[in-house]
Amino acid sequence: MQCARRPTMTWLYSRHIMQISWLIAVSSLAFAFTSPAVATEPREFILSNGMKVLLAEVPKAPVATVQVWYKVGSRNEVMGRAGLSHMLEHMMFKGTAKYPKGTFSRLIRKNGGMDNAFTSQDFTAYFENLAADRVELALELEADRMQGLVLDMSELTTEREVVKEERRLRAEDDPQGALVEALFAQAYLSHPYHWPVIGWFSDLDAMTLDDLQRHYDTYYSPNNATLVVVGDINADSLLPTIKQLFEPIPRGPEPKLIATMESEQKGERRFLLKRDAQVPFVMMGYRVPNFTSEDSYALDILDSILSHGKSSRLYQNLVYEQKSSLAVGAEYSLLQTDPGLFYFYALVSPGQRPEVVEEALHREIKRLQADPPTEQELQRAKNQVEATHVFEQDSNFRHAMLLGQAESVGAGWQKIDQFVERIRAVTTKDIQRVARQYLTEDNRTVGTLIPVPPKQPEAPSTAAQQGRP
Amino acid sequence: MSTTRRLPVAPRRQALPTLVMGFCAFLLASGPSVSAEIAPTKFVTGNGITVLVLEQHFLPIVEIHTLIKAGSAQDPPDKAGLANLVASLLDEGTTTRTSKQQAEQIDFVGGTLEANASEDFTTASARVLKKDIDLGFTLLADMLQHPAFYKQEFERIRTQLLGEMASDNDDPGHIAMKAFNQLVFHGHPYRWPVNGTEETLNKITLADVQAFYGREYSPSQVILTIVGDVTLEQATALVQTHFETWKKVAPTARNTKKPAPVERRTVQLIEKDLTQSTIVLGHVGLPRAHPDFYSVTVMNYILGAGGFSSRLMDSIRDKQGLAYGIMSHFDARLMPGSFWVNLQTKTETTNQAITGVLSEIKSMRDAPVSDQELTEAKSFLMGSFPLRFDSTAKLAQALAQVEFYGLGFEYFTQYPKWIDRVTKEDVQRVAKQYLDPKRYALVVVGNIAKAKVKH
Repeated sequence: MQCARRPTMTWLYSRHIMQISWLIAVSSLAFAFTSPAVATEPREFILSNGMKVLLAEVPKAPVATVQVWYKVGSRNEVMGRAGLSHMLEHMMFKGTAKYPKGTFSRLIRKNGGMDNAFTSQDFTAYFENLAADRVELALELEADRMQGLVLDMSELTTEREVVKEERRLRAEDDPQGALVEALFAQAYLSHPYHWPVIGWFSDLDAMTLDDLQRHYDTYYSPNNATLVVVGDINADSLLPTIKQLFEPIPRGPEPKLIATMESEQKGERRFLLKRDAQVPFVMMGYRVPNFTSEDSYALDILDSILSHGKSSRLYQNLVYEQKSSLAVGAEYSLLQTDPGLFYFYALVSPGQRPEVVEEALHREIKRLQADPPTEQELQRAKNQVEATHVFEQDSNFRHAMLLGQAESVGAGWQKIDQFVERIRAVTTKDIQRVARQYLTEDNRTVGTLIPVPPKQPEAPSTAAQQGRP
Repeated sequence: MSTTRRLPVAPRRQALPTLVMGFCAFLLASGPSVSAEIAPTKFVTGNGITVLVLEQHFLPIVEIHTLIKAGSAQDPPDKAGLANLVASLLDEGTTTRTSKQQAEQIDFVGGTLEANASEDFTTASARVLKKDIDLGFTLLADMLQHPAFYKQEFERIRTQLLGEMASDNDDPGHIAMKAFNQLVFHGHPYRWPVNGTEETLNKITLADVQAFYGREYSPSQVILTIVGDVTLEQATALVQTHFETWKKVAPTARNTKKPAPVERRTVQLIEKDLTQSTIVLGHVGLPRAHPDFYSVTVMNYILGAGGFSSRLMDSIRDKQGLAYGIMSHFDARLMPGSFWVNLQTKTETTNQAITGVLSEIKSMRDAPVSDQELTEAKSFLMGSFPLRFDSTAKLAQALAQVEFYGLGFEYFTQYPKWIDRVTKEDVQRVAKQYLDPKRYALVVVGNIAKAKVKH
């Protein structure tokens, strides 16, 4: 239970604070959900306007989740407008002509549902979790705001302040969040993964209604969206309703492909972040391929061997044996639109030096490069993948997220259908090979958070006072 | 920083009015039909374990969940953190398995095994695929009945917990809640954090751990809940095989104590070099078993627990843009818990936000809520019932807590009635009784010199 703490993930920002477990869930979405024994295969439909619809019937409880995924995230932004996708996500709750401001969430709530949204580097998604017999309400509301969003200046002015508060919360005042942000900015020079999903303060200040309108017009169209419904539904009877609600929405322009690529990294990049913090924090990111590469399966298993469970190598060595770290982990998601980072993190124990912790991480990588993992470790990792796949289906929300993410990053849900099979084929030699190929010194970016004493305040450091009754 | 452990709240759909008329007419065709059919089988073993079994055969997974009726409220006052330390050591070696062997066995089948302490109770649970159910029972039963409490693991985990405590001070929300609890629960068992403080954790000895375990971990103090792809017969046999050897000890007497009310406005300002002020404001609340719980739930939904439909969210975030997240909480426990509102706002708007929160608290008392607010709050609380039990783990936890708080399993069918009968008068009455805009504890963490807190 001590190893459960993970740094705030950079790339998922939501309209309102969501359960932290959901954030973690997304970071481990690499686990696909196919197991021949239990899979609830979704049924796929393409509407006449190009919108993809995935419906999975899960009758175990009288509930469902409705999710609309747009293929737009911070990777679709330009320099100077970092955070535009996330800002638009917030503005999507400001109403349309038919359902004015405030109506959306109120209607969902009074029908016993919960709604929210989240934005990543690659996608923006909106969801409603509700009783299965209320699914049509969610569909009606989502169809309505896919077009005809009312963008109002005074709403933007207020919401901009809300988003800036969110940035303060997640990056400015969170030392680990700040380090994650800097790591991506260092690892990506030209590709938009360079900037944070939440955006920079100055870019948030510079955003105009025109920027938002253009982004909305470009990306919020049925042919750039995937509708996912998972729960106690009947696909055959729901489909006509979906068609009736969404097919009148005209096909939009085909969004331009993002051409900016990141060239090969030639040499290690290192940086320090010095700020008020309690303990040092070390991160190392290696640029690796995504789902389009066969190597992604071996990378996924490599991640598991290093960091999944208390018997994993990083926990056993850094936390249990050496006691140099309070928490340690590795993270890799193959479900990214563009090649992402395989990253390591370690929360340094008080009194320990970050250099020692970094060296211990390097040692674990070198061990895997020198000798392949044991067959037992490989089998454990494979069993974990298969079990996780089944557990993921226990929640409609996570099940739908997997489908939505796989579609939105361009992998397609059918492709990850082969995931478990591919994972089964990974050998110990494959793991050694990808460790040697990608986890190299020249390909890595290392960031270290160095705690410095806080700025001296003008007032006494802790003031307690009794007020008048 | 939300730490509510409020019980899942449960409703019935039949009472749901047709609110969507005019917006979404096709909904009227299908009447509300959801009701939660949650009817576990309950029995008590020869050695006193209360067992709850609920069969769920949709997926081949099983959740084995134990609730031990001892938490940080049972910590000796100078040894806060003891219950948590005991729980943390359950998967750090038993008389027949080392810490690493426990981890290897559960990881090899892709399962999870964990233990956590809270104020009122401790939970230990295993989640496995159906084919691994025997292993799940074996590992869970072993860690509950035969923890070894090795000296070196004890020292290691204590050091680890102390390190985490230091690291937690990077989280302003955590600092604020810690200070808030000390103001609200002075002299009360809920005063200290579940994991203790640096001072109290350092006072705990291995003998304390063994004594706490020996005293509190007894079959008669355990609710064992099994939910998933297992039959009642299988579950009963597994319980017999793995848990009937657990020796009974005489239960310890429990003292329940009401926290003293916050007599006057008490303010604590904690300086930290931050761009935002983290604000927590509140006072003592009510116990879970109190009959007013349901009226308070409706009232609190309207005030600040109702997400984007709440008054606090509407005023502080949507109208004034002062915060990203703001919420009000009633953490109803075995003994009265607390009520609090928490938010973060930039340093410059600290006073404006506090004023806004106090004004909303005052309005809840001064005037009745509108018919619309009442109806919407009730229909959410009733209608969202099934969402609270939509995974095996959530279901197991809910069953265990319904048993622990003595709510009776009719809770699952009666809850909607209890919510539905709440009136506007009830809401205002409980607002007056359980909200106090004058006598409260206020904690602000941030750039205090610049925030110039006036309250």
